[in-house]
Amino acid sequence: MAICMNLFDILGPVMVGPSSSHTAGAVRIGHISRILLKEKPVKAEIYLHGSFATTGIGHGTDKALVAGLLGMKPDDERIPDSFALARDAGLQFSFETRNIKDAHPNTALLKLTGEGGNKTEIQAASIGGGRITVHRVNGVDVDFSAEKPTLIVHNIDMPGRIAKVTSLLYEKQVNIATMQLYRSKRGGIAVMVMELDQPVDREIIQWVEKQDGITKVTYIDMEENQNV
Amino acid sequence: MFESLQSIVELGSTQQKAFWQIVLEDDLSERQVSREVSIKQMTDTWDAMLLAAAAYDKNLRSQSGLVGGDGDKMEQYRTCFGKSLCGDFVLKAIAGALQMGESNACMKRIVAAPTAGACGVLPAVLVPYYLEKRGTLDEMIQALYVSAGIGQVIAHRASISGAAGGCQAEIGSASAMAAGALVHLLGGDNMQIIHAAAMSLKNLLGLVCDPVAGLVEVPCVKRNVIGAVNAMSCADMAMAGIISKIPPDQVIDAMGEVGEKMDVSLRETAKGGLAATPEGIDVASRFSQSQNSH
Repeated sequence: MAICMNLFDILGPVMVGPSSSHTAGAVRIGHISRILLKEKPVKAEIYLHGSFATTGIGHGTDKALVAGLLGMKPDDERIPDSFALARDAGLQFSFETRNIKDAHPNTALLKLTGEGGNKTEIQAASIGGGRITVHRVNGVDVDFSAEKPTLIVHNIDMPGRIAKVTSLLYEKQVNIATMQLYRSKRGGIAVMVMELDQPVDREIIQWVEKQDGITKVTYIDMEENQNV
Repeated sequence: MFESLQSIVELGSTQQKAFWQIVLEDDLSERQVSREVSIKQMTDTWDAMLLAAAAYDKNLRSQSGLVGGDGDKMEQYRTCFGKSLCGDFVLKAIAGALQMGESNACMKRIVAAPTAGACGVLPAVLVPYYLEKRGTLDEMIQALYVSAGIGQVIAHRASISGAAGGCQAEIGSASAMAAGALVHLLGGDNMQIIHAAAMSLKNLLGLVCDPVAGLVEVPCVKRNVIGAVNAMSCADMAMAGIISKIPPDQVIDAMGEVGEKMDVSLRETAKGGLAATPEGIDVASRFSQSQNSH
């Protein structure tokens, strides 16, 4: 199996133990979920599948997911104390085991409610070495890792949207490394996921948000300290 | 990215460069970063290893309660007993490997090298080497490039995941990485580096991943010790002029093949080996009961 790993995938990540897949990856899943919710979560219903359900607690997967929801990164030494910190931060959470059809063994499903009433549902898997893949966002199947800056655009499925967004990014000298398009049904909500070679400015994101037919824009840059 | 250790050695001899330089330059072109950025990142990684080693807390216990405190026992033994079989440096490495493995199990911050379960091997040999002032900061950073380059080739040709290849892929790979790093520090040449790595991997070939209750605790913590000690003995063998009779890249391929043939019960599923002993099963059921009563 030819996996392309750079030097710092081999020596790293710097992380809180004990397991890169069950702990570090779980923190990332929580963190990305918080960013996708776009505000501070106040309620989290978390469902664990497969190996996350059977050995998750021994690996601190539960504490790691909650730590991520609080905005922590995999190397944050407060991860073991995340339950108490969540109480202080007003985040209610619950865990349940759930068998999710055809899901990767290390999968978590998170149903989140934010302080402003936003609701979002994310299914993501930890695929090893602290890397993750997001598989489902609000009922739409997706497939992205958020290892690069990632722009997620929810839009009404109609012609011209993709061309407009991509041409602006080209104009701003932002390279699109990969682009994927997902939709729930024709003419319904479509989700564009673009992994970018460079980070983008807030003003570009705001411009995309203002376009016709765009319902929601989420920008993920795990390298940045994103505060939502 | 290099597909073989041999190709790194060959490039080193045509360009008259050390192993670490070849690996560093490849990183620069692979990730399109400057030399300063790459070296800064490696220095931060080294920093994190030193910090993690210093942050050991002998009072911590893991989630199952099986792990904790042994690293301190070993350190006491090293400083007090006076009649041990291993010399002082080896004892430091043993204590360091236990301590880092325990820190990982107890949710402290560590550097996965190449995995969290095997995080104790590299620092066990490198940290005391540095603290005894045998190597400068620059040399330690170079040694880390050597180890990462070896790990990269192993990940490419075989695997560094216990679920895919058993413990030989985790502790075995870490041991090979550490052996190569040590040979660099001892002043060995590029060929000696890859033969030390090959011998380390050979010695741990077939090692299964059989974690009790599926936790990164038993036998993982103590296996970091064999990874570290094996790395030291293989580095010394390579420095003595001993080579691996099977070429290093073929050893890596053999590790990959053994991993594929390994029964799934012995690849991180906690269904075979030590995990399936009566005591292992007992521990697992006690642990799951304690979790359910949470």
